[in-house]
Amino acid sequence: MKFPLSWLKYHLETDASLAEIADAMTMAGLEIEDIDNPAEKFGEFTVCYVKDAVKHPDADKLRVCTVDTRDGEKQIVCGAPNARAGMYAVYAPLGTYIPGLDFALDKKPRKIRGVESHGMMCSAKELELGEDHDGIIDLDGEWEVGTPAVVALGQDDPVIDFEVTPNRPDWLGVRGIARDLAATGIGTLKDVPVNEIEGSFPCPVEIKLDWPEACPVFMGRIVRGVKNVESPDWLKKALTSIGLRPINALADITNLISYDRCRPLHVYDASKLTGAIHARKGAGETDRFEALDNKEYVPADSMCVIADEARALGFGGVMGGVYSGCESDTTDVFIEAAWFDPLITRATAKATGIDSDAKYRYERGVDPASCRDGIEYATRLILDICGGEASEVLVAGEVPAKPADIEFPVTEVKRLTGLDLPREEIVRILETLGFEPVGEGDMLTVGVPSWRLDCSQKADLVEEVARIHGFDNLEALSLPRLPGRREAPATPMQLRARYARRALASRGYSEAVTWSFCETSQAALFGGHGEGLTLDNPISSELDVMRPTALIHLLTAMQANADRGQAGAALFEVGPIYLSDAPDGQRLVATGVMPVQADRHWTGQREPDVFDVKADVMAALEAAGAPVGSLQTVAEAREWWHPGRSGVMRLGPKNVMAEFGEIHPRVLKALDIDGRVLAFEIVLDNIPMPKKVSGLKARTQLDKADLTPVRRDFAFLVDKSVAADAAIRAAKGADKQLITGVSVFDVYEGKGVPEGQVSLALEVTLQPREKTLTDEEIEAVAGKIVAKVTGATGGSLRS
Amino acid sequence: MTDTSNLDTLERDVLSQIEAAGNEAGLDEIRVSALGKKGSVSLMMRELGKMSPEERQVMGPALNGLKTRLNDAITARKDTLENAALDAALASETVDISLPVRPQPQGSLHPITQVMEELAVIFADMGFAVAEGPDVEDDFHNFTALNFPEGHPARDTQDTFFMQPDADGNRKVLRTHTSPVQIRTMLEQKPPIRIIAPGRVYRCDWDQTHTPMFHQVEGLVIDKDTHMGHLKGVLLDFIAAFFETDKVEAQFRPHHFPFTEPSAEMDVKYERVGQAVKVGQGDKWMEILGCGMVHPNVIRNCGLDPDEYQGFAFGMGVDRLAMLKYGAPDLRDFFNSDKRWLAHYGFSPLLQANLATGLS
Repeated sequence: MKFPLSWLKYHLETDASLAEIADAMTMAGLEIEDIDNPAEKFGEFTVCYVKDAVKHPDADKLRVCTVDTRDGEKQIVCGAPNARAGMYAVYAPLGTYIPGLDFALDKKPRKIRGVESHGMMCSAKELELGEDHDGIIDLDGEWEVGTPAVVALGQDDPVIDFEVTPNRPDWLGVRGIARDLAATGIGTLKDVPVNEIEGSFPCPVEIKLDWPEACPVFMGRIVRGVKNVESPDWLKKALTSIGLRPINALADITNLISYDRCRPLHVYDASKLTGAIHARKGAGETDRFEALDNKEYVPADSMCVIADEARALGFGGVMGGVYSGCESDTTDVFIEAAWFDPLITRATAKATGIDSDAKYRYERGVDPASCRDGIEYATRLILDICGGEASEVLVAGEVPAKPADIEFPVTEVKRLTGLDLPREEIVRILETLGFEPVGEGDMLTVGVPSWRLDCSQKADLVEEVARIHGFDNLEALSLPRLPGRREAPATPMQLRARYARRALASRGYSEAVTWSFCETSQAALFGGHGEGLTLDNPISSELDVMRPTALIHLLTAMQANADRGQAGAALFEVGPIYLSDAPDGQRLVATGVMPVQADRHWTGQREPDVFDVKADVMAALEAAGAPVGSLQTVAEAREWWHPGRSGVMRLGPKNVMAEFGEIHPRVLKALDIDGRVLAFEIVLDNIPMPKKVSGLKARTQLDKADLTPVRRDFAFLVDKSVAADAAIRAAKGADKQLITGVSVFDVYEGKGVPEGQVSLALEVTLQPREKTLTDEEIEAVAGKIVAKVTGATGGSLRS
Repeated sequence: MTDTSNLDTLERDVLSQIEAAGNEAGLDEIRVSALGKKGSVSLMMRELGKMSPEERQVMGPALNGLKTRLNDAITARKDTLENAALDAALASETVDISLPVRPQPQGSLHPITQVMEELAVIFADMGFAVAEGPDVEDDFHNFTALNFPEGHPARDTQDTFFMQPDADGNRKVLRTHTSPVQIRTMLEQKPPIRIIAPGRVYRCDWDQTHTPMFHQVEGLVIDKDTHMGHLKGVLLDFIAAFFETDKVEAQFRPHHFPFTEPSAEMDVKYERVGQAVKVGQGDKWMEILGCGMVHPNVIRNCGLDPDEYQGFAFGMGVDRLAMLKYGAPDLRDFFNSDKRWLAHYGFSPLLQANLATGLS
């Protein structure tokens, strides 16, 4: 919302400077977006007096002028035909930026055909203050040299642009702004009465309110014998200053009142009306009409139309129609001052896509009590500018009740803000804002003004009082410590994420943060997006569903890095994936990617493989508190993984905590990713919660046997399809007390091993506890190990 | 035979041989020839038995002394030869230690993570826990319960992403702010409540200063006596702690948010230093967050009585805090996963923001 300072001063008596007014607005909650101050913008340009102007010795069209300026007497060479002695002109000193020419004068005097020129005299166009560029500005009257040019030109009115928050439609009229500023103490609200104009004949047009919920009150009046002339300068200037284009007097008057009082009005050409005026529901196709935006609309029954007995004339509170609009030859007009329901107005505007000043105001809530002042003010201006004769005002329906009174204990101010204000000050603030507080002692009954539809309860009044008193006056207090011991507030999930992050970053992965949404086709490569997770209004078609995995963006980011010449980026993200739109449909994953790329080094090349990411997964799981020792690793990864080089780590048959391996080449191809890629995705939610031991953090006793452990090697021939994990588990299970470690030290296939089999070499560590093991005891355990492993794998001991 | 001059000659002779020995094998030969079973000194020792007691008294100690001295000389020479051999062996194992090591990739944590951890630490010190909620929200939690009435223009200010409607016509949204966590927390916990809720939020807007996804942190305090002066105090304390400065000049401007009443925006004085800002000095105001007393309708919507319970809420952009503190100029870069950017603006995993050792 924009307004020029002079307009504000029409309603506000004040001596405050522009800066003080801007400050007062800011601290009252009217957030300033911009101040266009010509005095500042054109500060360099001042009035000068041309004492003498003689022809340039070497140029017929140039004059050498002697000019009195604020900088003393200057010689200025001027090419304007109207330059003459005795004129008051506008002077720009050397070095000044000339907006209309978009360049700055040289800082040193320049010779023009041999004669030095010490500055410039400007045309209106060069100052962008007008179109006139036939000559330099020739000011009327006498001026003191050095007077700011914008003052002499009457263009020194600053324009303030500020943000109107949705709760304060009254700020959409300059008078509403003035009222709040008056309350801050920066000035007083002027009484600008709107006098009723007595009609000389009854209003001949009947008004029928067929849908009172949408339009509960409608005042109408005819003015006949008007001339829809061009608006007077003051009106055109007022509208131009806020960025509106003057059209004709009738249109301009309604626009002025809309911005002055936040009171939208509509003026119909009365000669186009047939019978009574109705405010009713839209009737569909038969109501089709062309609105003032020159588009056709078909009003639905959810929309409020203003219609006569022949046709729909416009959308109530949104936009009028072309048919009954006022033209230059309009002589009789019908003025509408009504009130339209905010929700219905908004719904109509949303459905039709129409945006208008009227709709912007009605959907926020126009003062229902302003119909009368609005129609009288409009009539006054029409009679003054366009002439004519006014009818009586016809009132259909009733002005909706003003907001209910609020029972307000003044102690609420202190309770909610800590401000200890005297009752009188609270009452004073409320009264200057138009509230009507009555009552004895601390308990007030506060009448709410009709324009404050946003105020319905105590807290709303507390805000008014605190806002006008000034938030700067609130005493800042640190929050007192809560009693008792302070428990570390992090949840187990938060700690998991934290530790997994650190484990992965420590292992060389850089943490990225990528979009939560992705493209449908990308999601399809990873099992598809979840139910209900398609965006209705995506920011782009490439981000139209919620991601089912964090792999997609990490993979494409890795490729983007490679494209920038930064190959080999190992990236990870700890973030959400989405399985469904339910509150519990979201999972927190730790996901990583790494290209399979050999590092070139003088010690020899090394290429990462699936066992590197398996190690990373185990490290992250361990850090996040998963029981890594109890997890099974099986080749059951889903179809976007390499079928032979991937797996899952799971607890029991169902709880899959991580998937890892190489990404399937077909998926990489679809994502335009070169080479092979190792990746993993850990679902942090799937890690079981640690058992809570209340307060006890003591460890169990250390099991530390002093006897030397015994190591025995075994080689088994097993079928290639047998998982090594099965052999390891079987060996471990042979004697859980004695066997403390099983490792695989060789996997061999080829010569000496039958086709389709591998030789799996295990080293088993036996830890004696009470006494050294005898050969017989060792042999007995070895026998059990062989039996268990061959039993579990179907293999045999290699001889 | 008590003349020991022979012994002196023998000693000189053997010692010079020991000194000349070039390797352990040669040294051993010398040992055998002098001290071995049939060595020259051993043979002379055998003669002792044939001597008179007087002779023995002279020759015995002389021979024993000789034997000891020769043994010592052999041991010393043996050490010398061993050390020389080790030196030679080690010399042959020399490498060029200026050669580069095998590269270890350096990982890092994202600045958003770092800032979120800093927030958690600073607010934990004031008794706040960290709460969370889902990104895909329903209308109730994102709007209605937060006092955005159905059809109210305030909803327009949010640039909401909607999900396609389900069979019943209900549309989920991507949460436009972290404020739904206020609702979830108040519905689940009993006051006193002190939480912050950092997380992803979404708005349908994409330009130099907006991304469709960004991060916010929400703060909520609900009890029976926390008022707006406390709100101001907490935020001033937070700004001082986060920007690590003693001077914080701030102004609270009235504003409007549907879910707070009174509502304010907080501006801080700042000065640009390169891409980062120095908060507390300078002459310009910068808006940094929105806040206010929790609206009585919101308290009611969560089943509490606003005449009994009160408190405040605030919300601010995490990414923006990171940009301001650590000087990253462009918001869009936060989500580009450029390895160089991540390395430059990222943080070591060994760093853990805390009050004992510092935030970063």
